[in-house]
Amino acid sequence: MNIFVFVKRVPDTESKIRIDQDKAAIQEEGLNFVMSPYDEYAVEEALRLKEAHGGQVRVFSIGSDATQVVLKKALAMGADEAVLIKDEAAETYDGLRTARVIAKCLKTKYTEYDLLLFGKQSVGADNSQVPAMVAALLDLPQANVVVKLDVSGNAVTVHREIEGASELVTMGLPAVVSAQKGLNEPRYETLKGIMAAKRKQIPVLTPDELGVEAGDLNPGLILKKLESPPPREAGRIIDDEAESAAKQLAEYLRHEAKVI
Amino acid sequence: MILVYLEVRNGKVKKSSWEALSEGARRAADLGCEVHAVMVGHHLQDEAPEAFGYGAVAVHVLENSLLKSYSPSGYTKALSSLVEELKPEIVFFSATSMGKDLAPRLAAEANVSLAADCIQTAVVEGKLEVVRPVFAGKALATFGFTAVPQMATLRPNVFPLIETEAKTGDVKSRDVVVAEDQVKDRVSEELRTEGAELDVTEAEIIVSGGRGIKGPENFDLLKELAAVLPHSAVGASRSAVDAEWIDHQYQVGQTGKTVSPNLYMAFGISGAIQHLAGMTSSKFIVAVNKDPEAPIFKIADFGIVGDLFQVIPHLKTELKKILSE
Repeated sequence: MNIFVFVKRVPDTESKIRIDQDKAAIQEEGLNFVMSPYDEYAVEEALRLKEAHGGQVRVFSIGSDATQVVLKKALAMGADEAVLIKDEAAETYDGLRTARVIAKCLKTKYTEYDLLLFGKQSVGADNSQVPAMVAALLDLPQANVVVKLDVSGNAVTVHREIEGASELVTMGLPAVVSAQKGLNEPRYETLKGIMAAKRKQIPVLTPDELGVEAGDLNPGLILKKLESPPPREAGRIIDDEAESAAKQLAEYLRHEAKVI
Repeated sequence: MILVYLEVRNGKVKKSSWEALSEGARRAADLGCEVHAVMVGHHLQDEAPEAFGYGAVAVHVLENSLLKSYSPSGYTKALSSLVEELKPEIVFFSATSMGKDLAPRLAAEANVSLAADCIQTAVVEGKLEVVRPVFAGKALATFGFTAVPQMATLRPNVFPLIETEAKTGDVKSRDVVVAEDQVKDRVSEELRTEGAELDVTEAEIIVSGGRGIKGPENFDLLKELAAVLPHSAVGASRSAVDAEWIDHQYQVGQTGKTVSPNLYMAFGISGAIQHLAGMTSSKFIVAVNKDPEAPIFKIADFGIVGDLFQVIPHLKTELKKILSE
């Protein structure tokens, strides 16, 4: 199987997000950047599929040179190859822009694949839209938020998580799948893997080299401002014995908050 | 005009779709245009007229037996031909599992960008402007659009319902042409998850547990408390999920679900930054924790410093009493 995995470099989930004075971007200084957590499930699933069915795992990311770190991590986990699509633009929060670059890459440069794996969302932009957009642009079947995946012959069967249930979907390959927590337990990099990853060359391509038209790099969303959410004030804290505390809380919920 | 997608599950339109339609009606009033609704599937005509009560003047019912169960590729084909025909200024979806799956596919097909999971919309100088949380709510971003249709998914439980007196409108049913090979990813079966009646993203009240719950068996206490409260669901922090006390579908926070219920009750949750990001937009927050220094108390509207195992039984009794009054 020829499996492509798409990963993104994001601030880790412990990060406190501070906004630049011009309200146009987050302050990157002091942040620890990692592979987006859902992408780890996608990489892990690709490696397991390769172990079961043979084939090759190639990992792609779009971003500045700093993005090499997450590609190195994927290589250290066991991916065969990694490709960086170099794009110095600041975060646009526009999923279509990203999807166009990926789709173009798969139409012009890396055209042989059976399965395209993504995380269900990047933590940060929180869009949950690039996988479905890539599927649309390449006219492929899609299943997002997947917690179980089986490949058999030329088809993939998945369980996709929805509200209070899951949906069973069988699709022909090639197909687009995005990974949800619960799909697997991502492996740690081994020392051997890290050493091997260090020696691997990561090809660098630009959107221009892939044939992406300049106009397609203009975001369709105009970021007008970025702000911190309004701070929440601490309310009433009580330290009474349980029965009295419970009674006060119940009365608060009914008469003051009016939520029950 | 504004077009709003209505999601049908188990023969009924979801409440969050009515919320999206209500918001569509408010923006249509700003623009001085009509709001239409659209539903896709098979044998849906009976569900359509309810939409008139939420501001729609017309409901487009796109029918094909191949679309009886959900398929993102098939539904996109049906919707994109309608979008091409109606040329709406704005298209809204609710940001449900289906909306988050379908809207981006339709947007890419229509060659426009999509603003996901919005919590506010407005018309500014004749154009749509939206606010959406990024970094799981650690920041809020305001966006405008460069092209039409201006497409957005709207977070469930955020936008109020409107109710109008209107009882009639236009139901425009049509059989849509979709070829078998355009329906590439159809759902063959829906497997209900045991116990989960209402998802945390849809619940009006969330009763959530963290490390302080101490073990999987004690989630029963939270389930019993939730059973007393209408439209409620059980949630959990990442530490409870990672300890395998409860399934990840219940997880609230940056690597779980971002929620905005009317009431969020945190039991034994200290309030790690990833968790706070996922629930801080709740309308009211209640915390019960032994540790008076727990960060959750900094954002709680009502906090009890105490033992949750002692508080919960009393709380259940008190709430039962109040709710039966």
